[in-house]
Amino acid sequence: MPGEFVDQIFVAAKRWLLSLLPHAPDWVVQIASALLNIILLLGVFATLFALISVLERKILGRIQNRYGPNRVGPFGLLQPVADGIKMLIKEDVVPIRADKVVHFLAPIMMLLPAILALGVIPYGRNMTAFSIDGGILFFFAVGSAAELAVFMAGWGSNNKFSMLGAMRAIAQMVSYELPLLIVVLPVVMIVGSLSPDAIVAAQDGYKWGIVPRWFVLTPWGAAAFILFFVAGLVESNRTPFDVPEGESEIVAGHMTEYSGFKYATFFMAEYFGMFAVSGLAVTLFLGGWHAPIAWLEVVPSYLWFFAKLAVLLFVFIWIRGTLPRTRIDQVMSFAWKFMLPMAFTCVIAAAVWHYQAHGWAGWLSSLGIVAVVYLGLSRLLDTRRKFATRTYRFAE
Amino acid sequence: MSAAAFIVIAIFTLAGAIAAATMPRLIHAALSLVLAFIGIAAFYFLLGAEFVGLVQIFVYVGAVAVLIVFTILLTRRGQEDTRGFSWGGVVVAIAVFCGLVWAILHTRVSDAAPQIDPLTVKRIGEVLMTNYVWPLQCVGLLLTAALIGALILVAEEKR
Repeated sequence: MPGEFVDQIFVAAKRWLLSLLPHAPDWVVQIASALLNIILLLGVFATLFALISVLERKILGRIQNRYGPNRVGPFGLLQPVADGIKMLIKEDVVPIRADKVVHFLAPIMMLLPAILALGVIPYGRNMTAFSIDGGILFFFAVGSAAELAVFMAGWGSNNKFSMLGAMRAIAQMVSYELPLLIVVLPVVMIVGSLSPDAIVAAQDGYKWGIVPRWFVLTPWGAAAFILFFVAGLVESNRTPFDVPEGESEIVAGHMTEYSGFKYATFFMAEYFGMFAVSGLAVTLFLGGWHAPIAWLEVVPSYLWFFAKLAVLLFVFIWIRGTLPRTRIDQVMSFAWKFMLPMAFTCVIAAAVWHYQAHGWAGWLSSLGIVAVVYLGLSRLLDTRRKFATRTYRFAE
Repeated sequence: MSAAAFIVIAIFTLAGAIAAATMPRLIHAALSLVLAFIGIAAFYFLLGAEFVGLVQIFVYVGAVAVLIVFTILLTRRGQEDTRGFSWGGVVVAIAVFCGLVWAILHTRVSDAAPQIDPLTVKRIGEVLMTNYVWPLQCVGLLLTAALIGALILVAEEKR
């Protein structure tokens, strides 16, 4: 079957490459297989990083009614190459009072968890680089090391702005890690497994032959997906939650004292983190590599995954071009007063949905629970501040 | 294979632990301690206890290390975060070492490793929710009390 062949072409290619070592001992084959996975993963995501960095500037340009980069190559597509060369030949400035070792290690420590987290996401049928039983837990375990890296960058630079930025970053990362984790809980509860492959497999098939069984199409799943996405925005320090690097207040936060390729590494870590969070959102809620319509299953599974990933990345950029930066106290109170109760509501709604046999009654009652809590919370959190209608006296 | 892995991880963990014990600056010591934590997690992976290893990274690297680092940062002023030598620390260390040696010598080690099923996350969850449900509830209550206590400590007093 040609469709199946195209779908499994990378898996088959890897098997063929490994068969080139016929008499090697077992551990050589294992290491070779792991190395192949790592090289492919890094290659794909480094290319995606280059592409998305130029696309982001193009889309932001479009939103702000100007041309983006358009000088280097056709449509400015070679811009990342120029940027890379520029970053490499820039002088690497290290402050004289900085802690040299910690300052040097921070960008590496930042990039490492982002790359590791990419390993557990299923990119297509039989295409998980690092398939373990507790994959979801692995994702968050390595992700939590990023906080330490931010601290190392802030403390190692020996600069007020760096330290303040690092404090802000850690405060918001710790606060949003809680809703991010709890929002994953309903999916794990329904599937009964922490393995990303099992979660994708649970979203296989179509209800009445048309509606895919993705979790985002249930009321609790939709709410959880939105909460996950917002928490993901915070975890990857993206606008509107980029207070740690608010350039009008604290220069560039924990990255103030970094230049040249170290700065580029931070930038790369931010994007890799964005890919990882979007990839996990696709896996958990958007059906992973499954096609939205049954007869579109002929399109290879990895193309579906990357199409969904691209849509989420576009929303990241779209939000950046649309929303202003929030204040740090607003970010924190939003986490504790709104995100956390809503996350718990999703857990309860999912349980109700599950015990009413995934039917209409469960669908409606979980919708009711989510809606009631949402309305109640917005009532409670309403500051009842009255804004007078703004009048412009001179500008017409 | 696993013997070689054991030696590599042991060297890594011990190096981290020794650095944590001897580094003059406290932040460096705290960051080296993270290496030791990661090494211990690697041991759990090597022994097939995947879940425990992941929780080790999650709790110790993600939470405890950040806590230690912030405690050092918020309780010291300026550059004087270096430390001297203390005899009390030596006494405690020797006492802990002797205790551990005593415990190891008094443990009966059977020659054949017992045959057990691979420990899955599912089984841990089932056991937690059946046999150990009361300890679990008590820990939950304790943590909630600690959380509320922390909030009361930092809350602004309203007049």
